[in-house]
Amino acid sequence: MTTTETKTPISPVSSTMLDAWTTESDVEREPSNLPDGWEMVIGLEVHAELATDTKMFSPAKNHFGGEPNTNVHPVCLGLPGTLPVVNEKAVELSIKLGLALNCTVQRCIFARKNYFYPDMPKDYQISQYDLPLNAEGWLEVPSGHRVRVERAHMEEDTGKSTHVGESGRIHDAGYSLVDYNRAGVPLLEIVSHPDIRGPEEAKAYVGELQAILIATDVSDGKFEEGSLRVDANVSVRAAGSDELRTRCEIKNVNSLRSLGRAIQYEAQRHVDLYNAGDKPVQETRHWDEEGGRTRPGRSKEQAEDYRYFADPDLVPVDPSPEWIEEIRATIPVLPRERRIALRDAGGEAEPAAIAVERGLDGLALAAIGAGAEPGRTLTHVVNNLAVDGAESLDPAHFAELVTMETGGDLTATQAKQILGEMVESGRSPSDLAAEHGFEAMDSSELETMLDQIIAEHPDEWARFCEGEKKLQGMFTGQIMKATKGQADGKAIAQLLGKKSSS
Amino acid sequence: MSVPSTATEIAAAVSSGSVSASDVVESHLAAIDARESEIHAFNTVTADQARATAADIDARVAAGESVGPLAGVPVALKDNMCTNGIATTCSSKILEGWEPPYDATVVERLREAGAVIVGKTNLDEFAMGSSTENSAFGPSRNPLDTSKVPGGSSGGSAAAVAAGFAPLSIGSDTGGSIRQPAALCGVVGMKPTYGAVSRYGLIAFASSLDQIGPFAKNVTDAATMFEVIAGHDPRDSTSIPEPAADVHTKLNAGVEGLRVGVITELMGEGQLQGFEPEVIAQTRAAADALAAAGATVGEVSVPSVIYGLSAYYQIAPAEASSNLARYDGVRYGHRAPGGANTAAMMKASRTAGFGAEVKRRIMLGTYALSAGYYDAFYGKAQRVRTLIIDELAAAYQNFDVLLSPTSPCVAFPIGAVSDPLTMYLNDTCTIPSNLAGHPAISVPFGTGAGDLPVGVQILAPLQGEAVMFQAAAALEAAAPGGQS
Repeated sequence: MTTTETKTPISPVSSTMLDAWTTESDVEREPSNLPDGWEMVIGLEVHAELATDTKMFSPAKNHFGGEPNTNVHPVCLGLPGTLPVVNEKAVELSIKLGLALNCTVQRCIFARKNYFYPDMPKDYQISQYDLPLNAEGWLEVPSGHRVRVERAHMEEDTGKSTHVGESGRIHDAGYSLVDYNRAGVPLLEIVSHPDIRGPEEAKAYVGELQAILIATDVSDGKFEEGSLRVDANVSVRAAGSDELRTRCEIKNVNSLRSLGRAIQYEAQRHVDLYNAGDKPVQETRHWDEEGGRTRPGRSKEQAEDYRYFADPDLVPVDPSPEWIEEIRATIPVLPRERRIALRDAGGEAEPAAIAVERGLDGLALAAIGAGAEPGRTLTHVVNNLAVDGAESLDPAHFAELVTMETGGDLTATQAKQILGEMVESGRSPSDLAAEHGFEAMDSSELETMLDQIIAEHPDEWARFCEGEKKLQGMFTGQIMKATKGQADGKAIAQLLGKKSSS
Repeated sequence: MSVPSTATEIAAAVSSGSVSASDVVESHLAAIDARESEIHAFNTVTADQARATAADIDARVAAGESVGPLAGVPVALKDNMCTNGIATTCSSKILEGWEPPYDATVVERLREAGAVIVGKTNLDEFAMGSSTENSAFGPSRNPLDTSKVPGGSSGGSAAAVAAGFAPLSIGSDTGGSIRQPAALCGVVGMKPTYGAVSRYGLIAFASSLDQIGPFAKNVTDAATMFEVIAGHDPRDSTSIPEPAADVHTKLNAGVEGLRVGVITELMGEGQLQGFEPEVIAQTRAAADALAAAGATVGEVSVPSVIYGLSAYYQIAPAEASSNLARYDGVRYGHRAPGGANTAAMMKASRTAGFGAEVKRRIMLGTYALSAGYYDAFYGKAQRVRTLIIDELAAAYQNFDVLLSPTSPCVAFPIGAVSDPLTMYLNDTCTIPSNLAGHPAISVPFGTGAGDLPVGVQILAPLQGEAVMFQAAAALEAAAPGGQS
């Protein structure tokens, strides 16, 4: 078997930087949301529909929506005599994601997963079993925690059944309708190791994966259209132990919010069972969004035996090292590297993550590069800029604004106001500040103003000097009122401190 | 000019305008009318379409067009090849009435070559059998003796050629389903290298073993048809990327200096029993005839072929159990009424739609793939397959082609073999080529018990069709009765 080493980090971040930034011991993990002594063990299986023009093995269109059974072809309908042919674009996108998840891309084979279901035209699903395309990688969530990815393999989607009857449930349906438009749509199943310890971490993992899928154009990553689907394997154990207890697979989770709720519910259910001297059974459970609980799936008399075997209609896919490198070259800078770049430029972790999430990290980096102070830059990017319109902002102007503010030429309030006007007008901050007559007040001017206020409020001043700190707000407010909000809050605080202790 | 009997002659005559395609078709439809009720070679005779195609060909010839290497040649198709708008049944109730919305690649290629499709031939249900008795529509009969089976599973296609219903027909060969009926009906039948002919549109039995090939009255016609249907097809991932071998250039080159190895284990003297002495005698005579024609003949041992049958009856049913899952009554074919829910409907449809042999193999295959049994059955069978491939490769170090009987016996009476395991033994000599993916051909060579024909098999290595046909042509020329 040929395997290809693909652990090289992706430009433009150097490997030293990556290593320095990803020491697990630095990472703040989500605190346990379970009663004392318990921790969650969560592994996620994410299915992402690939953004191809055609299906995984069929020339039919891969297109969401459309009249039922219009995006079909004899191959994806599994008509007798038809044969699957691998969609090269699907392989390319799968490799791209594998590389983005730091996986080893390897020679792989397709296997048949055999089970009877009406929305599966062949009554087997072509998937991958013992030799997946992408093996053993990792994904780092914004906190810095690395979740190991066991595999990311290719498979085909099923159709959709609609059960027509009184309740809309399969058990008492009068009849069923099947739409095969989705049957055969290419899927990538990304399976994590059970490295996730809580609902927030699970949401962060899926959010990060979604961001990578979208950034790489591998998938549109839409929960609402089902192009991103998550199943969670949940178990609990004594905090800090290595054991893996009985897990339940939670399906029907349709949003990040549901994912967090479902995990929390299920883990607590396990804890309650153990505490009652009972234990969970390994099973598939469905998340009931309205009821806020998980319920057992259809009962199975025995464990599923999918009778996997290599699909004899298909030949192994053995991507050449050259092809892998070509694909690697198309990977954009990923969210994690963008966060690292911002951190490296002096940003704090949390605002850096938000800036990347908002897609404004490029602007922030450019401004910092032009000399703006990172903290104030990120504050504006996170709090004071709308994503729409921010792309029109000239980074040099933005940097100038931040520098004016940190240099004391503008107060925070003035800077915020000017920033809004810069986005609208495209004009420079110095221009706008001059037009408004904004100038930083020098401290003597501010002191004169404060003296007058002290004279008007002698009792309050005396109490403030005796330590009634809540009065600081009153004095600040008075100065702000007098200056129509143009005074610098930090300067006022300094002045109040100096004056009250003298 | 009267209608000639071989495909090569018909194509030449139609292309030159000396015989019309319409006359060719009418004479063959007349032959079908005369004997079909007795033989039951066909599930469907497409007389109207055949007449229309023939008229079209005649018009093209009249317009000076070149029609193709099979101009006006009637061809019968095994009823597991999909034909657009024409019922394709696999001789199973579960597909009764189903009309594919597309043509198999072989059907497209035959049409492009000017062939005239005259009908869909009977087979053992889903190609599972060696006698065509497993058809849901009743058995076919051997045209040489209608009390006997024509062999199977492509019994209808073999019978159609033997009865003169069509000079050429198409079969599929998973464990011998072309070669064994060819032997029993006294015609030429050939299984190409796996991947030489596209399987797109062939309804799968066992995907890693299935291969489409020709039946013909003689080796030359078989070679012509092979060249028409072979070649890369992007719709079949297992299709060989290179162009098909040219098998005509060396067809009449003789066997001077060719090294021919007789497979020891398949000559009835070792562990494998049940070979009729007359069959063995004719096979030896065939080897002697090739030696007399200048070949170097020797014996070669391929020890693992004795396990071929056992390995085959793990691998083929395993793949079949998965391939035949789709016949569930949901989308097409037979749906049993009154199921309380979808699962019950599927179960009832499959119970009613499949015959006993198909059910037997689905159960065997499901078992072979089950968790805990996979390694002991399917896994082990795949290792035997590898052993056979290795041993055959070693044999081809010293020999250009190998020789064996095609079938251990001549055609047997309808209803005579009721034990499935005894029936399976028919495939002993043909299975190794399927497991290895190698080409092999059955050539009639004399007769055995009851004056029924004996077939001798020539095996060749991967993509060795040219040397295989070369040896086959020499064997045919040397056969008793001197066909040429």
